[in-house]
Amino acid sequence: MAVPAAPPAVFDAGLGWRKHPQIALRDESFGALAYHFGNRRLTFLKSRPLVELVASLERYESAQQAIDDLVPPHEHERYRRALARLAASEVIDVR
Amino acid sequence: MGSCAMTPNQTAEHDQAVEDPTETTDELVSDDLLVEEVSIDGMCGVY
Amino acid sequence: MSVDVRPLDTPGEPLRERFTRGLAAPICLTWELTYACNLACVHCLSSSGRRDPRELSAAEAMGVVDELSRLQVFYVNIGGGEPMLRPDFFDLVGYAVEHQVGVKFSTNGTRIDAARAEQLAGMDYVDIQISLDGAVASTNDAVRGDGSYVAARTAMDHLAAAGFGPFKISVVMTRHNIAELDALAELADGYGAQLRLTRLRPSGRGVDAWASLHPTAAQQRQLYHWLVERPGVLTGDSFFHLSALGEPLEGLNLCGAGRVVCLIDPVGDVYACPFVIHDEFLAGNVRDDGGFTSVWRDSDLFTELRQPQSVGACASCGSYDACQGGCMAAKFYTGLPLDGPDPECVFGHGEEALAGRLEGPGSAPHPGIGHSKVDRHGVPVPVPMPVRLRSATRG
Repeated sequence: MAVPAAPPAVFDAGLGWRKHPQIALRDESFGALAYHFGNRRLTFLKSRPLVELVASLERYESAQQAIDDLVPPHEHERYRRALARLAASEVIDVR
Repeated sequence: MGSCAMTPNQTAEHDQAVEDPTETTDELVSDDLLVEEVSIDGMCGVY
Repeated sequence: MSVDVRPLDTPGEPLRERFTRGLAAPICLTWELTYACNLACVHCLSSSGRRDPRELSAAEAMGVVDELSRLQVFYVNIGGGEPMLRPDFFDLVGYAVEHQVGVKFSTNGTRIDAARAEQLAGMDYVDIQISLDGAVASTNDAVRGDGSYVAARTAMDHLAAAGFGPFKISVVMTRHNIAELDALAELADGYGAQLRLTRLRPSGRGVDAWASLHPTAAQQRQLYHWLVERPGVLTGDSFFHLSALGEPLEGLNLCGAGRVVCLIDPVGDVYACPFVIHDEFLAGNVRDDGGFTSVWRDSDLFTELRQPQSVGACASCGSYDACQGGCMAAKFYTGLPLDGPDPECVFGHGEEALAGRLEGPGSAPHPGIGHSKVDRHGVPVPVPMPVRLRSATRG
């Protein structure tokens, strides 16, 4: 049985990321619910912009470029940390 | 759901605050506005 | 072009509060596939035994799956009765999984032989929960019937041999198995399984067994402390009334009925939760125009449950935020007002309320025999409780 690779301990925004293929993302008024069919974990994305960032990651060469393009500068660090949390929960993974 | 070679029967439904250990408490508090992980484990629904 | 980073909902609103206002679709829901059952547990929440002739057909059931898939309900908690008694059980499970609806199902294990265990081990996105109410046969069988322990353990052995991976063992906590908490944890560890403890409600056949079966106040405190020390043990949030004792237990610590979860019963009736199969908590039927979707979104009952609930008699208690007044099913079936203490309120307010009721205990709503098997006099035939386990003290 294949063992899934653990997410990296430190989030590298220079890599290309994507919404994890086993994540179902469901819009809600507060943002979205993300359910991981592999590890059964449920994560709440609590802003629409974060949801859109996650959905857009695949189109950018790196997560940092996605943040640079989509998030106002004063929010960059906050959203980078949010992506780091999502990486640790396997809501997003490296392409 | 895709055809990943993930082991589908792992269960990990604990209430886990996923935290970067290098961050300060203040930073973690502001992170909670964006991402939250909660266990509902079926909520009485799997009696 | 940058996106607007302002969150849409009330900024800083705790998620827990947001949930009480309801979601666009359930996160998950309970789906009782059949009222047929080959056991007759004393405390059965759904009074199961006899199949209902109006059961949803395979086609209707798949239609429900289609709706759940469209709504992105993440998974269904399949139960019954004994769901594996439905001839189309594996077809339905397979159909759900193929349509991005995960399946967790609850079973007594009697239908899991070596072949079925292999079949289940080959299925993705299917979780299994085996019901067991004691670490040893005598404790379990007193509630679930002769041979039920062996059947459950055999199913577990088959799953282990088939390499299914971690399954769950689900235990309804009673006066008679609280003493076996450590043994149950050991049992689960032995299989690499996850232990799940759930709360007994006075629902279904449980309404009659509750007085002598529900844990005492001291046992509930013992259970709370045991759970606090073991965050790996699951509870499905079913003991949130105990959170008033100290640090909150894992989970959302609120009632999700009609807000985050609900029940679809074997004939398509939609109830707030599996512990209130009663007209008072019936929201609609999946066979109605608009199907499950419109019941979830527009039914009077669910709309009402998503309003702020009255705190009532609990207003003067400082712990309301922790326990939220407890379980509405427990209150309903003991004849207590919904805006007041849970019958098992950890501070004893529920016992006071029960004692103070002007009407006698007989006035509490009774679920009737439901789909219980009955003897020739029409009396439900649950597993008889051995005299040694009947408690002389009530409540």
